[in-house]
Amino acid sequence: MAHVVSEASPDAMLSDLRQMWRMRALEEKIRELRLGGQAVGSIHLAIGQEAIPQGACSVLGPDDAVFATYRGHTWALGCGVPAESIIAEVLGRATGISGGRGGSAYFTAPAHRFYGENSIVGAGAPMATGAALAGRFDGTGRVAITVFGDGAMNQGAVHEAMNFAAAYRLPVIFVCENNSWSELTPIDAMVGEPELVRRAAAYGMAGERIDGNDPQAVREEVGRAFDRAREGGGPTLVEAVTARLVGHYVGDAEQYRRPGELDQAREREPITVLAARLADHGVGAEVIAAAERDARAEMDTAAAAALDAALPDPATAKDHLYV
Amino acid sequence: MSETTVAVHAATATPTERKLSYGEAVNAALRRCLAELPETLFYGEDVALPGGVFGVTRRLHREFGDRVFDMPISESAILGSAVGAAMLGRRPIVEIMWADFSLVALDQIVNQLANVRYISRGDLAAPVVIRTQQGNSPGACAQHSQNLEAFFLHVPGIRVCMPSTPQDAYDLLVTAAYSDDPVVVIENRTLYSGEKVPVRVDGPVAPIGGARKRREGTAATVVTWGAMTDRVLAAADELAASDGISVEVLETPWLNPFPDAEVLASVERTGALAVVHEANVTGGFGAEVVARVAEQVGRLRKRPLRIGLPDTRIPAATALTDVIVPNADSVRDELAEWLR
Repeated sequence: MAHVVSEASPDAMLSDLRQMWRMRALEEKIRELRLGGQAVGSIHLAIGQEAIPQGACSVLGPDDAVFATYRGHTWALGCGVPAESIIAEVLGRATGISGGRGGSAYFTAPAHRFYGENSIVGAGAPMATGAALAGRFDGTGRVAITVFGDGAMNQGAVHEAMNFAAAYRLPVIFVCENNSWSELTPIDAMVGEPELVRRAAAYGMAGERIDGNDPQAVREEVGRAFDRAREGGGPTLVEAVTARLVGHYVGDAEQYRRPGELDQAREREPITVLAARLADHGVGAEVIAAAERDARAEMDTAAAAALDAALPDPATAKDHLYV
Repeated sequence: MSETTVAVHAATATPTERKLSYGEAVNAALRRCLAELPETLFYGEDVALPGGVFGVTRRLHREFGDRVFDMPISESAILGSAVGAAMLGRRPIVEIMWADFSLVALDQIVNQLANVRYISRGDLAAPVVIRTQQGNSPGACAQHSQNLEAFFLHVPGIRVCMPSTPQDAYDLLVTAAYSDDPVVVIENRTLYSGEKVPVRVDGPVAPIGGARKRREGTAATVVTWGAMTDRVLAAADELAASDGISVEVLETPWLNPFPDAEVLASVERTGALAVVHEANVTGGFGAEVVARVAEQVGRLRKRPLRIGLPDTRIPAATALTDVIVPNADSVRDELAEWLR
């Protein structure tokens, strides 16, 4: 680690804990709905990876833009998309954030700076360069964040985007959530150099490998990347090392896991770690427990409302293809 | 049936015409778009400082500065950044140097660009123009010769046009740039340095769509587009001279939206339909045109005819391409045989 992470105040840590619990509870509620049959289709959860969207989204400005992946519910929540409209989207309801057109894996919420999930691995990276490019001409100085997994580092589109951003010093932050699994295959077996951040130097851009389970570490590194981008220093690659505590998709048998892998990962997962740190700072068990309880209550309410919502009008299925 | 509006210029007191080749007309259209639409960007490989490999985009960088720039040889970055920039309010016009190269980045066209408006229910738009050129020319290899319009036409959400005249090269590009939907404008490099003809450069922005009746005739309707248009017209003249058969030639520079009603009306008049394109026959858009007409027309006097490249790869040697790429003589012969 190149930088020492500063200690957040207990209030800031508690805020992170509450937000990460909202993300965790959202994902667990969606899993419940999928297993219960109320939701259908492929659903990819980010349980265990909450510190990355929490840290990164907390430094977003009003004109910035986020391009995420199919594992994007938590990023959308971090951008401010209401939980109810995310759950309704997963359930294919008219009140879904994309009216049921995107589903779990491809919804978009531009009003919240969330320029969409993407179900093509790595495809958001070149799009983010365009959002940053637009900011050169519209006076906003927008910074674009594109987040993707370790597997996307092997996509040509990501390479093209990184080179273009570096060549034109575009304000893009490439956030690689390295959870060590490229879908069902270990990233280490698919690269010659497992320390993915080392590629940054080859593009001529800044790069840091950080603890992706620490929201404060993410906030500080992404914050430095924002400063660099806004000052004309170009793009940054942030490799945030984390672990996915669930399968690639709901229903994944996860037979590829190594013995003991998940037990170890659970000890280091962001909510457990942060709750322990808060306890060390003397924050009461009741306050810590309330973060979970409140988050689950919010998602229960949101899911109930989403389940009650109307289905999209079938007459609109062909709308919005052209102007 | 899609839109069938014919692009017609409103007459103004002093229309400005300039004598321009097809390539110069493209340049003039780009200049107009960059001047009139401040959100427009124009970029691609070798388009700014070098002025384009065919010289079509000369002087634009000098005139419009940073809004015209060169890109790495990275089609995914070109097309993907165009999608992202368009989502954030720009109107990018990007060049894909050869249509064949779009295949390395088809994801950004099909999976990304075409979905923007639909998935967001119109909260976002993707006013991107993809300028490219295609087709065979002497010596071009199999990876620089393909006619890929049917690939794009299979994708709902993007518009496609293929101008063949300098006026249409100008008008269609301006229309595309003003469109809030993505448009693929497919030019043809064999036309760039053609004859300079008067081109109206200050007309109103033409509506999207429409057909062009290039030749009157009664024996059959021949629908064509792109660089094939001139060859079909030559074939039709030859057919009239040698066999006394007069066919109507309908050029459809807009393929999406396709002028179904105009084509149908012509076929109902003539009772016969041939479609000629340079692309190979199987899965070509000619099959779609025949099918659309067949679904709506009564009896035809003749079975419909498709003329195109046979289903083969494309060789480089002209001795080989001469016998497979449709030309005026081969089209004339096939039409004559069909109508005999």
